[in-house]
Amino acid sequence: MIKFQNVVKTFRRARVLDGIDLEIGLGERVALIGSNGAGKTTLIRCLLGEYTHDGLVTIEGRSPRTERTAVLGGIGFVPQLPPPLKMPVGQLIHFAASLCGSDPQRMVALARRLGLDVDGVSSRQFVRLSGGMKQKLLIAIALGRDARVLVMDEPAANLDPEARKIFFELLAERAESATMLISSHRINEVSTLVNRVIELDMGKVVLDDRVADDVSLSGRLDCRIVVKRPEPAFAKAMTGWNFTDRGGGLEWTGDVAGPDRLRFIGMTSRYVALISDISLKETDQKVGADEATALQGGRAKDALLAVADGGTAN
Amino acid sequence: MKQLWLTAKLDIVESLRARWFQIYTLVFGGIVALLFLFGLTESRVLGFIGLSRLLVTYIQLTMAILPIFVLITTVRSVAGDREAGVFEYLLSLPVSLAAWFWGKILGRYVVIFTPVFAAMLGAVLWALIAGIEVPWGMFGYYTALLAVMAACFLGISMLISAVARSTDVAQGAAFLVWLTLLLFLDLILLGVMIQGKVAPEVAVTLALANPLQVFRTAALALFDPQLIVLGPSAYVILDLFGVTGYKIFALAYPAIVGLAAATLGYHLFRRGDLP
Repeated sequence: MIKFQNVVKTFRRARVLDGIDLEIGLGERVALIGSNGAGKTTLIRCLLGEYTHDGLVTIEGRSPRTERTAVLGGIGFVPQLPPPLKMPVGQLIHFAASLCGSDPQRMVALARRLGLDVDGVSSRQFVRLSGGMKQKLLIAIALGRDARVLVMDEPAANLDPEARKIFFELLAERAESATMLISSHRINEVSTLVNRVIELDMGKVVLDDRVADDVSLSGRLDCRIVVKRPEPAFAKAMTGWNFTDRGGGLEWTGDVAGPDRLRFIGMTSRYVALISDISLKETDQKVGADEATALQGGRAKDALLAVADGGTAN
Repeated sequence: MKQLWLTAKLDIVESLRARWFQIYTLVFGGIVALLFLFGLTESRVLGFIGLSRLLVTYIQLTMAILPIFVLITTVRSVAGDREAGVFEYLLSLPVSLAAWFWGKILGRYVVIFTPVFAAMLGAVLWALIAGIEVPWGMFGYYTALLAVMAACFLGISMLISAVARSTDVAQGAAFLVWLTLLLFLDLILLGVMIQGKVAPEVAVTLALANPLQVFRTAALALFDPQLIVLGPSAYVILDLFGVTGYKIFALAYPAIVGLAAATLGYHLFRRGDLP
């Protein structure tokens, strides 16, 4: 579906992409990882037809550069940094929907599902929304059309746990019909969303591994945590995850979105000395494994372990 | 076509909320208000009185302000949008590059021309209410001159925006272009003529290649048809064009310059990296 053939991109004398060869099929959910300057954004911009380059980039056999309208009509894009648009939210939705030939109400409905009160902010300038609100709106615009390719740069970074749950559900609904390319600096942000990991370094593909598709995007985990003593910082963190205090700040229960398990465990690890009991139980029948995403292939597994240890995959 | 209108509308909405537009509108509205306030319609200069006196002053001031305003604000906002990631996002939507570029020009044109014209129109409406005679011929030609001036410098601005990759470079280049045109109004031309290194015809040709000089001369020609204030240069101009011919040239030439610059800008934009 998506093909990169010997793609080379040079800025002045710096070779940012150095002979990228990749094929990504329909239904694949790809994590594009790598440190700053690895070439992730450049690769995405080549895919969106925004950069000139040597080599060939095609989506379903068509060039996003020469057949922009036709190709980009099938791509939903969520940038890492929201653009500082001064236009009102309502107008942005109508603008995007008109260009994409989509129904604005579909985007509005998705934004509502993500927890954004579109009616309340319809006349507000996009640039004046909070980071989370902007992210929700951009996700709604990207998913609120019949995109067969979803390109997302750190899409869940600014979302609260509840919005992330909905976001994962929305991705699950599109899992069979769309190809997803999710870019991130850190694999732990995206590892549970994907079934393939591609790592870039110095403009080259240094890792391309398939990932066991064990974590359901729509799965949930029932969680119970008991702590030795009430702790305001811990209580605040648990409230942020929409957990319920079952008694004096000592026992907390709630549910965690399946793909969010690694992030949740990362959060709880900060209070490991405080926690006396913890249980996580799958509630989704589709999922059997209790472990975090099992990555196949040595380097991918190492990368995940590094993240679990608090490090950054690179 | 739908994409073009959508892009134009987007640019208009974005500009209307930008601070530069508020200042821009305030400047031109303020000029007309001040001209009325200072009783310009009551004064007489070179036989001009009433609204024609005000329009002559207004067009002279506009010629001084509009080019630099259009150049700087356009390159600033276009290059700024590119740097801030607006291009990256909006150009990921299915819009053709032609619709994007020309739609942006169209939207920007509406935004820069409307306040300048509205200020002049406001003066005319006030004159009608106050019972001051309106020189419709002059008003029509000045409107056309302003429309062409806006188009010319907008085209040049879009070319600079397409070439420059950062706001700083774009602003510097825009300022340099304006300064060069300004210097070629008098200083450099006078210098080379005094030194006697070029024939007067060449100096006049150079002057007429400068859109700023073309506007200036056209505005003068309306109240000084024989261009007496220009001295001997007037003979070359009038011999070459005639009064009517020059008035047409003053509209056609800058429009062609603007269109050519915009077209070149579009080709460079289309062939290069977009964000």
